[in-house]
Amino acid sequence: MSEAKTLFEKLWSTHVVRSLGEDLDLLHVDRLLLHDLSGARAMKELQERGLTVRNPELCLATPDHSISTMPGRTLASSEHGEAFGGGLRDMANATGIPHYGLEHPNQGIVHVVGPETGYTLPGCLLVCGDSHTSTHGAMGAMAFGIGSSELVHVMATQTIRQRRPKAMRITIDGELGPGIEPKDVILHIIGQLGVAAGTGHAVEYAGSTIANMSMEGRLTICNLSIEFGARMGMVAADDTTFEYLRDKPLAPKGEAWEQALAYWRTMNSDEGAVFDREVSIDATEIIPQITWGTSPGQTMAVDENIPGPESFAEAEQQQGTVNALEYMDLKAGAPIAGTKIDRIFIGSCTNSRLSDLRRAAAVAKGRHVAKGVIALVVPGSVPVKVAAEAEGLHEIFLDAGFEWREPGCAQCVASNGEVVPPGERCISTANRNFVGRQGPGARTHLAGPAMAAAAAVMGEITDVRDLAPIEEEAE
Amino acid sequence: MEKLQQLQGVAAPLPRANIDTDIITPMARLNTASKHNMHEYTFEPLRFLADGSENPDFVLNKPGYRGASILIAGRNFGCGSSRETAVWGIRGLGIRCVIAESFGDIFFNNCFQNSVLPIRLPAETVAELMVEAGADQGNMQFQVDVASRTLTTPSGRVITFDLTPDRQAALLEGLDEIAQTLKDDADTTAFQDRDRTARPWIHELGRIE
Repeated sequence: MSEAKTLFEKLWSTHVVRSLGEDLDLLHVDRLLLHDLSGARAMKELQERGLTVRNPELCLATPDHSISTMPGRTLASSEHGEAFGGGLRDMANATGIPHYGLEHPNQGIVHVVGPETGYTLPGCLLVCGDSHTSTHGAMGAMAFGIGSSELVHVMATQTIRQRRPKAMRITIDGELGPGIEPKDVILHIIGQLGVAAGTGHAVEYAGSTIANMSMEGRLTICNLSIEFGARMGMVAADDTTFEYLRDKPLAPKGEAWEQALAYWRTMNSDEGAVFDREVSIDATEIIPQITWGTSPGQTMAVDENIPGPESFAEAEQQQGTVNALEYMDLKAGAPIAGTKIDRIFIGSCTNSRLSDLRRAAAVAKGRHVAKGVIALVVPGSVPVKVAAEAEGLHEIFLDAGFEWREPGCAQCVASNGEVVPPGERCISTANRNFVGRQGPGARTHLAGPAMAAAAAVMGEITDVRDLAPIEEEAE
Repeated sequence: MEKLQQLQGVAAPLPRANIDTDIITPMARLNTASKHNMHEYTFEPLRFLADGSENPDFVLNKPGYRGASILIAGRNFGCGSSRETAVWGIRGLGIRCVIAESFGDIFFNNCFQNSVLPIRLPAETVAELMVEAGADQGNMQFQVDVASRTLTTPSGRVITFDLTPDRQAALLEGLDEIAQTLKDDADTTAFQDRDRTARPWIHELGRIE
């Protein structure tokens, strides 16, 4: 029994450089992703302290947060693009860190670029100054977000001091209903468990639903781990992972591939491995989700009525509900479907990959964005954009009245100035519906890409299943 | 890092759960504010009204609590984004200790990088502390002692909190983590040498030009 190890324990133990005390270790960092917002600042601090980047060849930098997504953009197209994007480029060039700038065929959102280039590999430890670094765990990696001080530490030492979190497994079994997306699965989980259930835990997702899910779907699931407090979310690498990875430009080739593959096949939880916490989820119960509040846990099935304070037992949750309904300008007891919207945003490190765009395009095809609604589609990277255009998805979106943009974080976090105006209501495929997240006073509802596209064409929150059956597409 | 050994000051109650780091330092300010003036925007959506004036209902705007050095917050404080600016902003307001039932993990770690002490206490204790901090209207002093890991309330109640030995030492002595790790860089070199045989693909990363 004691010999059986979890995937997390294997990932942890294979990166220990030195023990620093009980549950505290110095871990080797295999991969460090840098983006413009946190990366440029940390590189500057490193230089100011007279330190150097220890292993620039293991790092990768690309701008995503501060840059414009308008067609024909340059760094100067957004207010802070030059300062942050230019800063990242200059620092990367000075330190020898590979840099995928705006003109590079692999530029994109860090959490899209890592997996799709093969930079992220099973069994690796990857960090980034961004809380959604949990995304990469979908490749069977140990990946987590860090602050800027820790970022400087990693650049200088290629290691990180970490306290070992507890291990949690969420087992999701059953077949998803028609039109149910990976985003619905993870929002449903967060709604069930609450926004702090994963705090202090490394979460492994398992079960038949995950085993049958595409790599891109798993990336969406792991991406939202941090939204219930888990800094790390992971899925053991399997044939789906290996097939996804096989031809990626940075993945090992030839003999190295075979050697890596043999190693990767050992990186999973042993039969009988013990987790500190186990949760089971029935996938067949999941209904398309839409958030109603200002925390990702404030989510509901789209066919239900908006909850009120009396729906919750604890005073803190009741007050949270009152605050959220006021900010969101919603009435308890009313159906959420039919709520008029102003904008939709399809994109972000959560939902900007090819399969996400395909599902949204399937809804958009032959329809048109409702009058007065502004609809943005922002692919997650240049390769996603190129692949989508090769399939003609951009034409479907443009014909339907959606805007087709250049890759970046865009309106998920609005750090490039692409804000949602105060009081406007936006359906977003991103990861956070926090107060002011998309701009001061902006009202954000999180949902999957098909749900967002459905809202765009109807001009109101809509159950995508009522609109048309969604065809599952291979990825 | 600056030392934190003892702290005496007013404790401000902020009984709202899930205060995320977007609320603590809104994105629009990250682009322009620096470590030195981030505090001007800390808690902006709660602290200021739409017209830019102070929200009189926000605890840190109330006369007795303006100079608070301790914050008692609702659970899951500092959840969300990894932005360390959230800690800079809080610290810039003069707050060196945050007490809550739970914290976002990244925020919790970031606190220790900036000589701010986050203390986790059971929900009932936090609720009792909020009552005590609220009853005195900011006129009474709380005390924190890092060496003995104790919090003493104005009424004389002494509460012991958890703090791992390494973090306690770092606060007491103002240790710099990078300098500490670099002293033993040979261990990292030895790890990488072994690892090049075990996992060569990690180290022989190609480039896309």
